[in-house]
Amino acid sequence: MAKVFIYPLNSLILADLVERFGHKPLTMMSQIREKVTGLSLDSPPMNITSEDPKLGLKYAAIEVPAGVRGRMSLMGPLIEQTEAAIIVENPPANFGCIGCNRTNELIKYLIRSKGVPVLEVKYPESDDEARDFVNKIAEFLETLPREKPEENEKAKEEGLPEKEGKE
Amino acid sequence: MSAEESAVVKIALVSCGSEYAGVQPEFEEAAAKVNAKFVFPEVDIASIDTIGRDFGLEVASGDLRLMMARAKAVVEGTTNVDGVFITTCFRCAEGAIVRNEVRRYIHKHSRIPVISYSFTESTTAGTLLTRLEALTTIARRRHLLTREVQTGLTAGIDSGSTTTKAVIMRDNKIIGKGWVPTTKVLESAEEAYSIALKEAGVSREEVQAMGTTGYGRFLIGNHLKAQLIQEEITVNSKGAVYLAGRQKGPATVIDIGGMDNKAISVEDGIPGMFTMGGICAGASGRFFEMISKRLGVDITELGALAVKGMHEKVSMNSYCIVFGIQSLVNSLAKGSTPEDVAAAACYSVVEQIYEQQLQEVDVREPLILVGGSSLIEGVPMALGKLLKIDVLVPENSHLIGAVGSALLASGFIEE
Repeated sequence: MAKVFIYPLNSLILADLVERFGHKPLTMMSQIREKVTGLSLDSPPMNITSEDPKLGLKYAAIEVPAGVRGRMSLMGPLIEQTEAAIIVENPPANFGCIGCNRTNELIKYLIRSKGVPVLEVKYPESDDEARDFVNKIAEFLETLPREKPEENEKAKEEGLPEKEGKE
Repeated sequence: MSAEESAVVKIALVSCGSEYAGVQPEFEEAAAKVNAKFVFPEVDIASIDTIGRDFGLEVASGDLRLMMARAKAVVEGTTNVDGVFITTCFRCAEGAIVRNEVRRYIHKHSRIPVISYSFTESTTAGTLLTRLEALTTIARRRHLLTREVQTGLTAGIDSGSTTTKAVIMRDNKIIGKGWVPTTKVLESAEEAYSIALKEAGVSREEVQAMGTTGYGRFLIGNHLKAQLIQEEITVNSKGAVYLAGRQKGPATVIDIGGMDNKAISVEDGIPGMFTMGGICAGASGRFFEMISKRLGVDITELGALAVKGMHEKVSMNSYCIVFGIQSLVNSLAKGSTPEDVAAAACYSVVEQIYEQQLQEVDVREPLILVGGSSLIEGVPMALGKLLKIDVLVPENSHLIGAVGSALLASGFIEE
């Protein structure tokens, strides 16, 4: 199972596709959920504090707007975990949308420069393109390792059966 | 307090990034303090993809497009609100363009009061309080702000950061004035008030209503049991157009205060768009005080000195008060005359106001310059040169806050 970064980060369709192929989608929803349900923070759901943009300094300098750094404090840790990525270009807002394009530019750059497998596809405009779109994503996901080598070795050492591809 | 005044004011929050910058709780806190609540105009998500073309401004960020769609919902009346707060991240160029154009759009197509602000993660509820107080006042007390004539015997006190001003008014005339440096807020107010009462020849008991404004308005207002405790945006707008005799039609009010500046676009005496500056005291009255001190002249003499000088001969940028003073020391060391330095200081301050504040407010004539710094003759002259329009400095321009308070307070006599 690979941890797959998806762009747009809140696309339910992409997250579902990744999951169907036995991988773990890295989504904004999981990060937001953590914020909302974390016991140490109050006043959910908008419980991001002025400390979060400071955490974003790890990914963007102080002259970058606070909204970008606040977003990066949530998205940056996902990028760090990323083992593969799917980037959909020009999606409509209802497919998934991150509100700040400066953040989008930065996260796509960080993903591309990470050196992990990246699939970049255009959002489909017709039924044919849509089939092509799904097929390309499926092919890409098929190429990703279903299990990590270290996980299998650990399993062998412990005398456990090798992990299945799907969770 | 009337039912209208105690009702919750609905403010449309048209913003980008405030949640992720961590300042949303500060916004909510400031709104709660002025009995207002934020609402988020409903829009169709599909409109986010087309709003750029509809609005005419095509930007890449989804939340900025959402701002335009929400502004349209407000203007078209699909969401009913009493005011609009437009805000984006400080240092975001795309956000600044949208913020300004959305503000202009709402102002042009509706009579709903609007304020705009760019935030950092350090923005606090306190920073926003005066702005939101002004916004809710315009929505809540529009009837009071339409008052054009002072009636009865009323008092107004303006507790500024540098000076405290008091006036006594009777039947639309100023009959007593007091103007003292602010040291201890209450004591300075008492002193200014006593001076004004003495000059007017009336006792405290005779005063029928009182209004307070400025930084110390709550402390003084509660102490003296004022009927009106009001922030300086609305009060100063009212005072400025009243003193200038321009209560009808458009006007722009620039108030250079001791610590911050205000630029307010006014229509029939009611503020529309406004900005409050104050990143550094370099663009305020405090800078003039320091310049006067360094030149060895009284601040009242600085203006006369400035009109004799040429600002072009001295390079001065008072964006920061420390660097401004450094420029002053350097130019004096190079042999510049005090006249040229004084002229440069005046030009530098108005240049900062132009660069930082007038970009967000449409300048509509007449331009009324008020506040203590308007008495420094070099300041209106420099502002007129920079904007290439006539600058109006009304009589008693330093007393606008106190006069505006006394004028508006007279509304409480009849109530």
